Amino acid sequence: MKTNGKWNKYLIAGLVMTIIAVGIALLGAFWTPYSTTAMSAAEKFCAPSLSHLFGTDNFGRDIFSRVMRGVGTTILISGLVVLISGIMGILIGALTGYFGGLLDEAVMRLTDAVNGFPSILLALVIISILGSGRQNVIISLGIVFVPSFIRIVRSEFIRLRDADYIARARMMGVGRGRILFVHILPNIFSTFWVSVMIGFNNAILAESGMSYLGIGVQPPDASLGNMLSDAQGYLALAPWYALAPGLTIVWIVLGFSLFSEGIRRLQG
Amino acid sequence: MKYLGKKFITLIITLFVVSVAAFLAFQIIPGDVVTSILGTEATPEREAKLRAELGLDQPPVKRYVNWMTDVLQGDLGVSYRYSKNMNEMMPVSELIGDKLPVTLWLAALSLVLIVVVSIPLGVLWARSRNHFLDAVLGVVTQTSMAIPSFFLGILVTYLFGIVLKWFIPGGYVSYRENFGAFLGYLVFPAISIAIPKIAMTARFLRNSMLTEMRSDYVRTAYSKGCSDRRVMYGHVLRNALMPVVTFLGMIIAEIVAGSIVVEQVFGLPGVGRLLISSISTRDFPVVEILILYITFVVIFVYFLVDVLYRVIDPRISNR
Repeated sequence: MKTNGKWNKYLIAGLVMTIIAVGIALLGAFWTPYSTTAMSAAEKFCAPSLSHLFGTDNFGRDIFSRVMRGVGTTILISGLVVLISGIMGILIGALTGYFGGLLDEAVMRLTDAVNGFPSILLALVIISILGSGRQNVIISLGIVFVPSFIRIVRSEFIRLRDADYIARARMMGVGRGRILFVHILPNIFSTFWVSVMIGFNNAILAESGMSYLGIGVQPPDASLGNMLSDAQGYLALAPWYALAPGLTIVWIVLGFSLFSEGIRRLQG
Repeated sequence: MKYLGKKFITLIITLFVVSVAAFLAFQIIPGDVVTSILGTEATPEREAKLRAELGLDQPPVKRYVNWMTDVLQGDLGVSYRYSKNMNEMMPVSELIGDKLPVTLWLAALSLVLIVVVSIPLGVLWARSRNHFLDAVLGVVTQTSMAIPSFFLGILVTYLFGIVLKWFIPGGYVSYRENFGAFLGYLVFPAISIAIPKIAMTARFLRNSMLTEMRSDYVRTAYSKGCSDRRVMYGHVLRNALMPVVTFLGMIIAEIVAGSIVVEQVFGLPGVGRLLISSISTRDFPVVEILILYITFVVIFVYFLVDVLYRVIDPRISNR
């Protein structure tokens, strides 16, 4: 928690914000103050109050409950996206970085092509092929984020493959698989971790953007993005409806980026 | 020159790969286009006729070659979804031609905003000996980078459209009717795209300047008796701007991506909205062309940045 004897403000602020967000998401998976789908004509557009912390929406649903559920959806999807693309990135990056050659050249050209492409656009294209829905959002964003991980892992493997300790291990007859995943892999984690965090934030922004455009998580499932797109029509009447999910996204992303900045400073 | 030649070949290869990928992707989609266009009016004869008209009765490789030759000759094909009148289908070029200026102006306006605001801000930040200002800018930029552009669009709509009433949300004016009013409306979506990027660029410039300020030539300049002003603007800023140019080039892709979403927020009839609606109505000829087009713009800008970079920094020109 301390860097050079000074409190690491980034790490603390980020950690607190992230823990609150994850805590709310976990709680929301089991319990919400009101039902997330029950409608009530009498309680349309209630302003935020003690009984409805974030107010109610156009169907009289409690916005706070829906945000709780939505945070869970967003974090779960983004987490799975990073997990899938991280594992793929490690496998492909390790092989191409360590062995090089024609396969490496081909993969690099391909990642160049994908990197030049706005990520949300590629995800949209994949979605248009697979169709919308929660599972397809995970698959499409998973594919979109692989190249950035390949790059990081590959360059680290290139750096380490000629290190002395690897040359010695090779001389002692250690197998290729063991060199790749037991000798090199643990040494790239400090670099890899930072890119995982950046990836997680990008996944959150992309996921909420896609559900905002109506091609991500489908209603009546609560997601922060599609709450925002519903809320936009009632901006003059009920500004809190848009502010609640929007500020929640900012909270999650800000918390996580402060957290990763803190970690980066911790590593020096 | 050799380097640029190599880059140019990469550019062509990338475009080729993207075009093949875009073409292939829409071949494997389940569902038949012809039956979905004709709907209830489908008869075997009509289906065969339309299939031949769209060239769908030929093998995939031949279709790709035909499509590519047509595209290179300026014939972008016809939309499955929109029709010009009862008998004619809408050419994709006409569909896009109308919407292209909206997106291009939006992107250009955003880029101008980013450059005009972020560079003075970055300089101010790097020069601030005032810890309070330093901390405030740190918090403000960190927060603005965490706001997704569509939420920013909604905030801008609320603040400037509903509270201050500086513009009418949804009151888009076509560039054909009144160009001034058109640009006036575009300023607000451009602000929504620009704010997070301004924060990133200012941060980047500040760090770049702080690094430069520690270098030897700065100490030499001071010891020669250069004024603070001259050291800052004549030496440090010039060198610190170099990486910023590359950074701005990289941001172009994100501006394009941002405009796809922000067009939706502000109801702008641009390419982004066309893309989204074409994706949801499965109008693949339009989607394919838009993908190719956007890729081309982005890659071409990267190429230009590469060239520009070599012009500004002679040290790397003959690598």
